[in-house]
Amino acid sequence: MSAMPGVVAINTFREAVRDRVLYNLVFFALLMIGAAIIMGQISIGIERLVIVNLGLSAISIFGLVMAIFIGVGLVYKEIEKRTLYSLLAKPIRRWEFLVGKYAGLVLTLVINTAFMTLGLAAALLVVGRPFAHGDGSILIAIYFILLSLALVTAIAIFFSCFSSPMLSTLFTLGIYITGIFAGDIRNFGALTKNFFLKGATSVLYYLVPNFHNFNSIAAAAHGEAIPLALIWQNTLYALMYIALLLVASSAVFSRRNLK
Amino acid sequence: MTAVPLLFVALFVLQKLIDARTRTEAQAEEELLLSSPSAIKKMSLGYDGLLADVYWTRAVQYYGTRLGEHRQTYNLLWPLLDITTTLDPKIIPVYHFGAIFLAEPVVGANRPDLALKLVKRGVAANPTVWGLYSDLGFLYYWHFRDYKDAAAAYLAGSETPQGPAWMKIMAARMNQKLGSIDTSLMIWSQIYNSHTDPNIRKLALKTLRGLKAQKDEQTIEGLADQYRQRFGHYPASMAALREAGYVRGVPVDPDGYPYVLGPDGKASLDPHSTVIIPKVPTTPPPPPVN
Amino acid sequence: MDPHGPAIEILGLTKDYPVGFWRKRMRRSLDHLSFEVNQGEIFGFLGPNGAGKTTTMKLLMGLIFPTAGTARILGRPIDDVAMHRDIGYLPEQPYFYDYLTARELLDYYARFSGYSAADRRARVTRVLERVGLSSAADVQLRKFSKGMLQRAGIAQAIIHEPRVVFLDEPMSGLDPIGRREVRDIILDLKTQGRTVFFSTHILSDAEMLCDRVAVLHLGKLRGVGAPGKIVSVEVQAMEILFEPAEGRTLSASLARRATPVGGRYRIEVPEAELYRTLDELRDCSARILSVSPVRPTLEDYFLGLVEREPAAGATVEASIR
Repeated sequence: MSAMPGVVAINTFREAVRDRVLYNLVFFALLMIGAAIIMGQISIGIERLVIVNLGLSAISIFGLVMAIFIGVGLVYKEIEKRTLYSLLAKPIRRWEFLVGKYAGLVLTLVINTAFMTLGLAAALLVVGRPFAHGDGSILIAIYFILLSLALVTAIAIFFSCFSSPMLSTLFTLGIYITGIFAGDIRNFGALTKNFFLKGATSVLYYLVPNFHNFNSIAAAAHGEAIPLALIWQNTLYALMYIALLLVASSAVFSRRNLK
Repeated sequence: MTAVPLLFVALFVLQKLIDARTRTEAQAEEELLLSSPSAIKKMSLGYDGLLADVYWTRAVQYYGTRLGEHRQTYNLLWPLLDITTTLDPKIIPVYHFGAIFLAEPVVGANRPDLALKLVKRGVAANPTVWGLYSDLGFLYYWHFRDYKDAAAAYLAGSETPQGPAWMKIMAARMNQKLGSIDTSLMIWSQIYNSHTDPNIRKLALKTLRGLKAQKDEQTIEGLADQYRQRFGHYPASMAALREAGYVRGVPVDPDGYPYVLGPDGKASLDPHSTVIIPKVPTTPPPPPVN
Repeated sequence: MDPHGPAIEILGLTKDYPVGFWRKRMRRSLDHLSFEVNQGEIFGFLGPNGAGKTTTMKLLMGLIFPTAGTARILGRPIDDVAMHRDIGYLPEQPYFYDYLTARELLDYYARFSGYSAADRRARVTRVLERVGLSSAADVQLRKFSKGMLQRAGIAQAIIHEPRVVFLDEPMSGLDPIGRREVRDIILDLKTQGRTVFFSTHILSDAEMLCDRVAVLHLGKLRGVGAPGKIVSVEVQAMEILFEPAEGRTLSASLARRATPVGGRYRIEVPEAELYRTLDELRDCSARILSVSPVRPTLEDYFLGLVEREPAAGATVEASIR
């Protein structure tokens, strides 16, 4: 197993850590968790529900912002700034570089999510809700959020290989939102009884990454158990789709003439 | 450079003037910017749990503010609770709140039909929560005088995993089709004891006091009837009843004022008393709208 | 790997770029380039701006892909990534991760060569010293001047002691002291037995350093060979330095052709007219100070090339001796 991606990954992680924008985002996320505590005190009877809802939503949204905004620049920035030139003269293959950048960003996201999870736990402690049995689903919900973030990052890096950050952001966001509504779109198609539309929406449903699979925030907030089957199914789905995207990205990037 | 803060102050003052002008219009008609629950759910992009909490918070504040301003109408209450429960059907306190305040005539929206709709949705989404069946039974009994459905609700509630014993008893009482004050007292005591929402408890307390007063009046009128049977005429006043030995001391209502006994044998409250006897509709209510 | 084989072989390398709004037309930026670089020599790759030098470098590094033709480095094809262990590359106008310090950057690049941590540390320190960046080792690259970045670039190109070093405009952005240091580094590399392939448009450096040069113009190879041999195709002129006699003025024809330089005069004549001009000078009793051939420099050759062909046109072939 080549060590090259690891080298690139650590460097990508180091770059993210030194990027001040990241700290602002994490700070804001923690702020939101603090706000959750206040909000929980206003709403009668549902403190824990509000904290978990707001906390998980904050982790999800900020993770998404990070994944997209850093992801779309991962390869593009290196090409634009030509930092890639001297790097590719080293004994590293283009796909190793790509996988390394990807892994570095995912690592960054994992660490940030871990910090925010600690913040969430702190918020729960502050309001005096000691950890209950249902809290396992909070951790699973966070795991699902991480899976979806890894998937979004893969989409972003794919576009980063050939398109400018602004367009890549639009495409990635567009695919993400479509992935959330995929079920609704298919239902809509089924209702129209139009053969072509039904077929098209069905194809779209299976083509687009179905991000709604990974949303267990409501279940975690209510302390409901999350079925075990869903855990490994989601994991497998995410891994396969990510592999697909990385292979496609490598193919595109390997053939690209750098300016 | 000092122009900048000065301009900000001027803008602040100007904004206040603009707000003062537009506030009266805003008060005239309340509006929800978006009122279709399914549309909101779609737009929430998967964060519906969070949005539900936001709308619930908004509903509580809406109610509290209007109550404090002694308002008569609560037109936004149903849309807000509708949206909340569409986004997240599992927030139980919302149903309790709606059951009481959507149906309540004076300090509520006066729409028992909507309250029923809300609680039925709650029961469908949370079939093992006994408290929702209790809300259902309460609505059927108190607002619709529908003893059959009330009995069914209390029975179903008693059969949930944690269903308390009193619900079985309540079901039995419903089957007797009696609108007795004791039943009402039991139900409202249950409401008072099992809810932590201060608004609900306040209403329950008020109602309980009214019911107690109603019960006391019934007792006094019963004694007055006994007096008439013995003496051939109603007592002239409470004092006469006391002298005849039917009551001891001065019976006072929950507000501390003595009851007044009229020459027609009817008891009533002292005009200064703040106790309100709950209004019991004499004509059958319209059938519940589903 | 043949120790006597060529370091670099370029065979018919061609690169076309699609241009125009619909990207239908092709602009040929490199046209069937073919030449070789021997191991152990310093080879200069010359040409005016836009000649295709950087394009050639990028093709060799695998940053862009040829439309036609192939190339080999140390006998291995250019898409052989493992071969990159033995080469170093300094890009034109190098950019590096500006949030890293010089030390961190070199350490990062060194990791791709698989050294132990201790070995890496030692190499980094050594190479920083070699390029004169020891004092700025722990400063973030975003604070570096252009010259300092250039040195950092050279450092990362040689830290792993590659057999062939590719430098694209290594002198650019450096003051004369810096350029002298780079020249020393290049010569040093040669004494270590390494091959240096560098591109430049500063001809005096090429003349001073290179064993051989190749001249590129408008994507075509104009000549390959030792610097002296390249320019010997040009007709030589002779330069005469003289002082006029005391009290004597120059003849009209001499005065017309001579240029004053300090207290003396200089006149350039074609070789065929040398003796006739000397006679003229003797006639006015001028004191001859020196007679020497005017060696056209690469510069002259260059400018001649560019003047003759400001746009794509006829080829001028130089013979290889």
